[in-house]
Amino acid sequence: MTLVTSPEAREWWEAAKNRRLLVQSCRTCGHRQHYPRALCLRCGGVDLGWVEASGGGTIYSFTHSHRSPDPAAFEPPYTIAIVTLDEGPRLLTTVTGPGIRCDARVRLEWRAAEGGQNLPIFATEPEEG
Amino acid sequence: MTGREVAVVGVGESELGVTGCSIYQLQTQAARAALEDAGLRMSDVDGLATAGVERFSATAMAEYWGMRPAWVSSTMEGGSSFELMVGAGVDAIRSGRCRVVLISYGSNQRSAASRRLRGMVQPHTPADQYEAPYGVLSPLSLYAMAAQRHFHEYGTTGEQLAEVAAAAREWALLNPKAYRYGAGPITVDDVLSSPMISSPLHLLDCCLVVDGGGAVVLTSLDRARDLPKPPVRVLGCGQSVTHITMAQAPDLTRTGAVESGAAAFAEAGIGPEDVDAAEIYDSFTITVLLTLEALGFCGRGEGGPFVEGGRTRPGGAFPMNTNGGGLSYCHPGMYGVLLLVEAVRQLRGEAGDRQVPDPEIVLAHGTGGVLSSHGTVILGVDR
Ligand SMILES: [Zn+2]
Repeated sequence: MTLVTSPEAREWWEAAKNRRLLVQSCRTCGHRQHYPRALCLRCGGVDLGWVEASGGGTIYSFTHSHRSPDPAAFEPPYTIAIVTLDEGPRLLTTVTGPGIRCDARVRLEWRAAEGGQNLPIFATEPEEG
Repeated sequence: MTGREVAVVGVGESELGVTGCSIYQLQTQAARAALEDAGLRMSDVDGLATAGVERFSATAMAEYWGMRPAWVSSTMEGGSSFELMVGAGVDAIRSGRCRVVLISYGSNQRSAASRRLRGMVQPHTPADQYEAPYGVLSPLSLYAMAAQRHFHEYGTTGEQLAEVAAAAREWALLNPKAYRYGAGPITVDDVLSSPMISSPLHLLDCCLVVDGGGAVVLTSLDRARDLPKPPVRVLGCGQSVTHITMAQAPDLTRTGAVESGAAAFAEAGIGPEDVDAAEIYDSFTITVLLTLEALGFCGRGEGGPFVEGGRTRPGGAFPMNTNGGGLSYCHPGMYGVLLLVEAVRQLRGEAGDRQVPDPEIVLAHGTGGVLSSHGTVILGVDR
């Protein structure tokens, strides 16, 4: 899978290479958003920076996929999920571990990708009690 | 007021199923059938709307048919494209830009084996940059996640989703054009025991992948009254878009059909309770539950219980997807034009064994992309 890096996300991918998950942050109004864009979705401002995500989040939804676009790369069944970061934005990712369900807590992990790149993935946290 | 009203005056289908035809052949079959139904000729068409041919879809079909239309639309919003084209076509006729609009579509995706699980490769898009690296299947993965979230929030069950597929099959058994006509009924258990494709969606929760095409002809209501078939009035249209990248969906259990439906009902001056039959985009069974809720046919989260008890089956209180739907009749990649064809046939009383008794108002709702794009069209008999 060839990864694509758009100019507005160069720093995001560079940080991912170093296993740091960035969230774009508006210096004018403080809004946080993912994916990185050329303007703030709340105030329309263009003075944008980054904050590092804490790595915590919850599963918004998920699916166990039994079909694959490329079985060599994604051997079914594999999981696709949308995770809501504690910082607010959501991203599409995969989740590993037991107890995958909606609203379950997850922690950031990383998966090595081609060209020394890393992809943010998540793992479920052990259930309390 | 009738001077500003627009009507559907012709509808038609191409060959459906596994045709061995080109896109252009299927488009031609559908367009000719709709124009013949309207009592019009290709040379009467001065407005052309189509999608899914190439980047310049309307221009491409105009060239193929030797047309020089005064107005075109190649609006490409997936399955909702044709509902959006009705709205645009109504505006074009009202404003005098053109007089006869042909909306057409054809796909040979089955014969050409052109459908890809992954979806289209568009490397410059956020979807390809941030989501494709996880092995996402588009649109399947998003609909599966919407279903999962609906289960979680509202206790919706696989049995309730399966009822949508079983009801669609029952309608298809009444429609000789349906791909599954003659295939026999399916039960809720059949759906649940079909292979899991992307949890919680099973194979029979997913639409057909076949060839097909359809076309619709619009003109002013005044002119429509001089044509052979009874006019079907366009009472209201609405559209809405929410996202195209999966994780950008604002809410997996509340779709843009809330806004498109509200706009269409407001224009028509009616409410959901006035609708006699509904043709609801059924790319997947979950699409139907979400759309029924968003359009206000039931409350939020109540789609599962709403379809229980055979309510949407032939003879039920809420006739829905009366041609057999994308699940059992035909799904040629972008199914929205065929929703309009069926709505018109029901209003004209031309639906044969599957005819709903004397409907006066039928709603068609198209859904494109990954719950991305929504078009609602409300049609009514000319009284
Ligand atoms: Zn801002």
